[in-house]
Amino acid sequence: MNAEMTMPAYDVARVRADFPILATTVRGKRLAFLDTAASAQRPLAVIEAVDRYERSSHANVHRGVYELSQKATDAFEGARERVRRFLNAASIKEIVFTRGTTESINLVAQSWGRRLGPGDEVLITWMEHHANIVPWQMLCERTGAVLKVAPIDARGELDLDAFRALLSPRTKLAAFTQVSNALGTVLPIRAMIDAAHAVGAMTLLDGAQAVAHERVDVRALGCDFYVFSSHKLYGPTGLGVLWAREAVLRDMPPWQGGGDMILTVSFAKTTYNELPYRFEAGTPHISGAVGLAAAIDYLEALGIERVHAHEQALLARATRALRAVSGLRIIGEAKEKTGVISFTLEGIHPHDLGTILDDEGVAVRTGHHCAMPVMEFFDVPATARASFGCYTDDADIDQLLRALGRAREVFG
Amino acid sequence: MDLKDLYRDVILDHNKQPRNFGRLDPCDTSADGNNPLCGDRLTLTLRLEGDRLTDIRFEGKGCAISTASASLMTEAVKGKDQAAITRLRELVHQTLTAHGEATLPPAELGKLAALAGVRDYPARVKCASLCWHTLGAALEHHAQRHADHGPATVSTE
Ligand SMILES: Cc1ncc(COP(=O)(O)O)c(C=O)c1O
Repeated sequence: MNAEMTMPAYDVARVRADFPILATTVRGKRLAFLDTAASAQRPLAVIEAVDRYERSSHANVHRGVYELSQKATDAFEGARERVRRFLNAASIKEIVFTRGTTESINLVAQSWGRRLGPGDEVLITWMEHHANIVPWQMLCERTGAVLKVAPIDARGELDLDAFRALLSPRTKLAAFTQVSNALGTVLPIRAMIDAAHAVGAMTLLDGAQAVAHERVDVRALGCDFYVFSSHKLYGPTGLGVLWAREAVLRDMPPWQGGGDMILTVSFAKTTYNELPYRFEAGTPHISGAVGLAAAIDYLEALGIERVHAHEQALLARATRALRAVSGLRIIGEAKEKTGVISFTLEGIHPHDLGTILDDEGVAVRTGHHCAMPVMEFFDVPATARASFGCYTDDADIDQLLRALGRAREVFG
Repeated sequence: MDLKDLYRDVILDHNKQPRNFGRLDPCDTSADGNNPLCGDRLTLTLRLEGDRLTDIRFEGKGCAISTASASLMTEAVKGKDQAAITRLRELVHQTLTAHGEATLPPAELGKLAALAGVRDYPARVKCASLCWHTLGAALEHHAQRHADHGPATVSTE
């Protein structure tokens, strides 16, 4: 309450001015970028932080004794500390840099997952991104473990009772998304984590669609693994994070071998490096980490809670307006959602819709959103998806609505 | 670039009322086409007499471009021999991928020329070419079966 009274109103026009790409045009039209769920745009602060690093601080990390290498190492490790604070993790030993959410999940599946065997179970939900399905399928094929899938309902919400019923002492891991990328559904993660822990299962939370929209405190959440990608958080591509408690990571065998993950190498025996370096073989994406730290600074300066409120207001307005469009069906109407609206328009295939919207300067994702089981559940080949970020404004929504009208004109 | 050049009346018409839609049963050869990026799916069933394609149907779900392209293709190839079909496939391929070229599509294409607008939308070329790739696969499948089974199969078909 206090914060609200002292903070000035959220000024989306000023936020937009921080994102150079929003001033570009598409086919001569204003760009209405409504695909933030696929990848968020970068603010100037991120672009400049990366640029500064490249111009004045780059060398390889953890290697040279010369000053530049030290500068690069400081920048890279500074970014790790920034991520630690962002997640409220206990120590930087718990922050492993990866290439993204996908790689973080594969790391867990291939390292931690080695302990699984026949009869063990991994529980996921029907709403997962392929990145949180396929690594577990591969793990189950390798180990003889069984993959279980908790169903969803017609609104696109998790069937929590069914999720609970699928948990048993055989469940070794419950891996689920915090927010569905295809539907925008916010999952009841609190109840899910508690239920999983009650049967002794570990929990992995896919935060790819959540970190940019709500505050994440891994200690308060109580999950065992948390993963996300920098590029959905207004940072660079090619970088992601795996968080797990030190005790959990300590208990995991190394994953990829190479430089940086070792202490000593001889042909007789290699000793592995300390956490988190043991899981970071090879030269990392140093400038990416610098960019991610700048992105976190940027988002926290805006205020995640205020960004969330802004996006929720847009979601309510856009949902109302889209419901009024004849023949439009919103796929996914969970009570609690992020700024994601998946929809189909009767008589127009989503792919055609995507092309027509693009012609009007509107960038939406069309397709299966790497969530084919969700498409199958709703019996649609694909959907169009509009998704919002801190810079999305009313004009973007209006442009979308106009473009939908144009699609109707073209298709008669 | 104009949307109307992509979604020409012929395309919209064939999307709304696809010709030769359905399945031939029995058929001499068939193939499935699948464009995972946009979820386009298509099944072709064919009848052949010697070298000539005597009948063809398609079935599936897809965007307007892929549906219209398949519909137009079935009309264009029905009754033609394999050499003529191969020639058409090449012409269509050239027309679809002539990105940024202002040349007119060759007259030989007939109604298929309506697909020329696709070349300015590179993301959509796959939608239009899916049916042609599938047709190629069906014909190849047929040819291989003949090779495997020898001339006896040829004479029965
Ligand atoms: C929920 C969810 N999980 C995982 C991923 C995969 O992220 P990345 O491609 O950055 O590895 C995405 C990105 O689309 C996502 O939305």
